Amino acid sequence: MTSFMVRGLQVELGQKTIVNNIDLEISVGQWVCIIGPNGAGKSSLLKALAGIIPSTGELLIDESNVRDLSERDRACWIAYVAQEPLMPAGMRVFDYVLLGRTAHLKMLASESPKDLEIAHYVISELDLAEFIDRDVATLSGGERQRVAIARALAQASPIILLDEPTTALDVGYQQEVLELIDRLRKEKKIAVISTMHDLTVSGLYPDRLMLLANGNVVVSGTAETVLTPENIAQHYGAKVTVITHESGPVVIPERNN
Amino acid sequence: MRTATARRISPFAWALSAVAVLLTLTFGVSIGAVSLPVLTVWSEISSNLFGTVSSSSSSEATIIWQLRLPRVLLAFVVGAMLASAGCAYQGTFRNPLADPYLLGVSAGAGLGATIAIFNGSGGNRFLLPLAAFAGALGAVFLTYSLGRSAIAGRSSTALVLAGVAVASLLTAVQTLLQQQNTDKIREIYAWVLGRLSTSGWNDLAIITPYILVCIVVLLRYRRVLDVFAVGDEEALTMGLPVARARGAIIVAASLGTAAAVAVTGLIGFVGIIVPHILRLIVGNSYRILLPLSVVYGGIFLVLADVLARTILAPQEISIGVVTALLGAPFFLFVLGTSKNGNVT
Repeated sequence: MTSFMVRGLQVELGQKTIVNNIDLEISVGQWVCIIGPNGAGKSSLLKALAGIIPSTGELLIDESNVRDLSERDRACWIAYVAQEPLMPAGMRVFDYVLLGRTAHLKMLASESPKDLEIAHYVISELDLAEFIDRDVATLSGGERQRVAIARALAQASPIILLDEPTTALDVGYQQEVLELIDRLRKEKKIAVISTMHDLTVSGLYPDRLMLLANGNVVVSGTAETVLTPENIAQHYGAKVTVITHESGPVVIPERNN
Repeated sequence: MRTATARRISPFAWALSAVAVLLTLTFGVSIGAVSLPVLTVWSEISSNLFGTVSSSSSSEATIIWQLRLPRVLLAFVVGAMLASAGCAYQGTFRNPLADPYLLGVSAGAGLGATIAIFNGSGGNRFLLPLAAFAGALGAVFLTYSLGRSAIAGRSSTALVLAGVAVASLLTAVQTLLQQQNTDKIREIYAWVLGRLSTSGWNDLAIITPYILVCIVVLLRYRRVLDVFAVGDEEALTMGLPVARARGAIIVAASLGTAAAVAVTGLIGFVGIIVPHILRLIVGNSYRILLPLSVVYGGIFLVLADVLARTILAPQEISIGVVTALLGAPFFLFVLGTSKNGNVT
């Protein structure tokens, strides 16, 4: 795969348009981050791309139509990590990561030695070897994110969708998870599409930002062009100062009085 | 680095289970109004199966081969079906309280049986099970079509709620019919409470093929049931055709349960209690839980039936009463003494 193209993506819920006419193109190794105020449609956009909620519009991987694919084939191309992945009590980290191989198995088949090998490889790659026998329900927030990312990696899809991968994490874990995603997308040539809450953090790693408001893309481009005080005032209704730092724009909310 | 493998049942656990099955079946056949020595039991069974010389008298032979063995095997097959159906429902609905009657099987079977009894077919060994079977499947079909159309099959909650609604509706109809024919209530009540008395091998021969197929199908879905544990949305993005897989599991579990209910009436608790006790011992992976539910569901019902036959002998207690009386306190005991206390 080289690129994933989205044209005119539309999500309707009842009479309401949640995501309106979105165009997006991403190549392997790139990271596009979707930002926007609460209720802008960030998660819906990601879920539509993942096939969880119905949508209309073109979804093309290279030249082939994603909408023609079965659930299994689609999952071989696109993996998804939820904002708070459900961690089933009593399931070992290894079993959880191994579930990522589902897309590569016939529905009623069991895992082959190759699938086990891939799960082991991913686990060692993400430094999760010490957790391999741990019950996933007992993991901390940062460990959960890493384990969920490991599951998505075991799925071996060239596109990974991450819904707010760092929202629940403190700054240390946040950095760890983001560094991990950044390293993996470059090393493994994965196209990453994520949503993010924290504006400053969203400017650190992704190549491009898309600012979503009321289901529409209002600005997109580099962090410097998107994260301006004007854009943020208009779409978030917030008064902020943006300072330019060597790692990216730093967004600081201002006090009113 | 340590090498982990996928979850599976150890050879030791298999061997232990095989021995437990053999002992339970033997025990079930030898205990009763007339106690029979184990050796007599085995020599009679062996003579029927392999043509060896039997050491049993002709009356013992009749008790073993015509009365007890078919009944014990029926208990085993029905217990295995109810426990594995409950286990499969719990997995696919991610709800530890799901039981084989979740989608209205019991109410449908009850209504079917009630109608058959009112039409004077209560004593008919062919029509009564058929009516119950048709009622059970009809109820599940109704639940499934209502639940799916409600929100296009995207959530399992709609299905469970539809099950509640259908069960209430059918139970109301059944009650209405009973009120108009009070003289038949006793007969209906006896059916509802469940029983395992058989006419030789007939009942067993009728339902075993259905149940066998259903159990084999469910067992093939044991890895899929583990995938369901991460939730519908993520399971879908991992490549599981969620609606189709759930549909197949529901069909297999309901068909098997309907077959069991048709012959034995409503036997409660097996489908909840057996998987749960196993959960506390072996954990939550359906790759292990489901096969063990088949084995220990069978064992549980054979033992419950032995109690039903012997506690107030020569009188027999309804098997459904025994499973509840035995199951509930035992379950609470296991729950209380388990280390992790984790039933989900």
